[in-house]
Amino acid sequence: MTDRSPTEEQNVDLARRRLLAGAAAAVAVAPGVMLVATGASARPKGVAADANKRWGMLIDTRTELSDWDTAIDACKTEQGWGGGNNPATDPQWIRKVAIRNKSTGAQATFPVMCQHCENPPCVDVCPTGASMQRVDGIVLVDKHICIGCRYCMMACPYSARSFVHEPVHNQRPHMPRGMGTVESCTMCVHRVDKGQQPACVEALQAKGSNAIMFGDLNDPKSEISRAVSAHVTRRIREDLGVQPSVHYQGI
Amino acid sequence: MAAIDKTTYQEIAGNGSDYLSLIGWLGVFVAAGVAAAFYMETQGHVVTGMTNQIVWGIPHVFAVFLIVAASGALNVASIASVFNKTTYKPLSRLSAILALALLAGGLMVLVLDLGRPDRLDLTYLKQNFRSIFAWNIYFYTGFFAIVVVYLWMMMERRFNKYARTLGITAFVWRLALTTGTGSIFGFLAARPGYDAAVMAPLFIAMSFSFGLAIFILVVNVTYKSSKRPLGDVISFKLKNLLGVFIAAVLYFTVVQHLTNLYAAEHAGVESFILLDGGAYTLMFWIGQILIGGLLPMALLFHPATGRTSQGINIASLLVIIGGFVQVYIIIIGGQAYPLEMFPGFEVSSSFFDGAVHRYAPSLPEITLGLGGIATALLIVALAVRYLPILPASLADPIAEKQPASE
Repeated sequence: MTDRSPTEEQNVDLARRRLLAGAAAAVAVAPGVMLVATGASARPKGVAADANKRWGMLIDTRTELSDWDTAIDACKTEQGWGGGNNPATDPQWIRKVAIRNKSTGAQATFPVMCQHCENPPCVDVCPTGASMQRVDGIVLVDKHICIGCRYCMMACPYSARSFVHEPVHNQRPHMPRGMGTVESCTMCVHRVDKGQQPACVEALQAKGSNAIMFGDLNDPKSEISRAVSAHVTRRIREDLGVQPSVHYQGI
Repeated sequence: MAAIDKTTYQEIAGNGSDYLSLIGWLGVFVAAGVAAAFYMETQGHVVTGMTNQIVWGIPHVFAVFLIVAASGALNVASIASVFNKTTYKPLSRLSAILALALLAGGLMVLVLDLGRPDRLDLTYLKQNFRSIFAWNIYFYTGFFAIVVVYLWMMMERRFNKYARTLGITAFVWRLALTTGTGSIFGFLAARPGYDAAVMAPLFIAMSFSFGLAIFILVVNVTYKSSKRPLGDVISFKLKNLLGVFIAAVLYFTVVQHLTNLYAAEHAGVESFILLDGGAYTLMFWIGQILIGGLLPMALLFHPATGRTSQGINIASLLVIIGGFVQVYIIIIGGQAYPLEMFPGFEVSSSFFDGAVHRYAPSLPEITLGLGGIATALLIVALAVRYLPILPASLADPIAEKQPASE
């Protein structure tokens, strides 16, 4: 397939290191390689993710169907996936799932992505620790040490992960991807660390939709905490006890 | 203490064109397997049959089958060392070699099907001990180490006295190893086809059966082709044992499905395998139960076929075919049935949620799998040629001279 030039390779490598440093600061990566982050409310350089936080999402399933396309397109643009021609093998970090109650006929459509479980089975089964959880609850794959065994994909109750089947193009500097490794929603950790919202949330807000709310579930004053305490929400397969961070309203 | 082993072990001549062409063909298959793996790694797994839904394809079927059979192949040595059944003692060395060879072949396939096999060192450098995979790395390497030392103790006369201790260690280790392999599936709570503790004992029973079936075929073929005498006593003992192991696999299969059927939440996946899963249902009843279970049992215990080498060979071959099908149903069938993300709902998406997933093995995957089998057989073929592994004779008088303790 296509080979990258040495310079491109170096750039990607540098970007990988940056991501790794930012993403895995909590698991103590090599010193000296730290995320180059800017922004007023950014997590300061060299400081580990905040264990007091628990980032989560609340998805309102009663929203316009087109909202979900907005969210998915924003994710593709931000993270550089999508655009393939092989539906069975192309990665999908976030997807629209339609459900229909077999007995009542009631229907709903909403996005499903990595649910950033508190007890993530993907992290438990990963032989090398590539599949990891930050102290603030965000579940990630460290693509430097993923060996591509796909055990996490077997263990995930949500089919949230994709295996990169083909050479990748148009990589984003903040999001290195690699053929032969596994990837999934990062909750836009690179943006969260800069004090921003995930790309899907921001894109929806830009069009005036609040269909996905993002925030700190541990902070009782946050908008998301107030929302999940005011209304009954559901988390997918709660019975498994994995404690997802993504809440759904309206199903 | 075990009786002193008076058996004469002798390398096979291995000069004939048959032997050389066997080595040549096995070499071709090994090379083709490695080439297939290289092709998959450079082009990406898009050239395989795997998808984001069926993430473990036929290479895993080959690998798990070989790894499970490896621990079972050691049984003959274990029976001799651990349980002091001296009739089996002369075949202990072959049993250990076959176990090593099958494990090597299985691991080769498993590793070469990784997304990044070049990062194999990370499985040692970075370990997550909550993962049964990380445990298995120790089970597998430990098995190699223990069986190699065990073989050495058996082959070096002055160390024979330690063979029993090593044999017991190896026996316990192999039980742990197969428990670990079965638990890869048993620990997957989200998958309705797997999440069951019975996976571990089922895999142990499978290992006993598949490993012994391969062992019997290897013994019969090597003795016939090297024109060494092979008596009925040892043959009949082995085939009776195989019959018992086939029954054990059938028993655990019944337990596996009955307990699953009892839980209403698993009714879907059970009906998929047992009733309406199309190819998987057919494979279950025809491949696993009939060809891999009932037919070989009938052949082994029917007086007309059970006392002929053809009957025993065919029965062993059927156990291997049925066993392969069984592993296929567990691995591929278990993934083909959709995850129950929303029980009670119809589910659909661009990611094939709620749909039965399709899988078609690709040529590179099958070639890699066959490469693993060829690797195992090549190791055995070279070992019996260059090491004193095989008894010069397994004719009845010699076999019977050993004090029968049954």
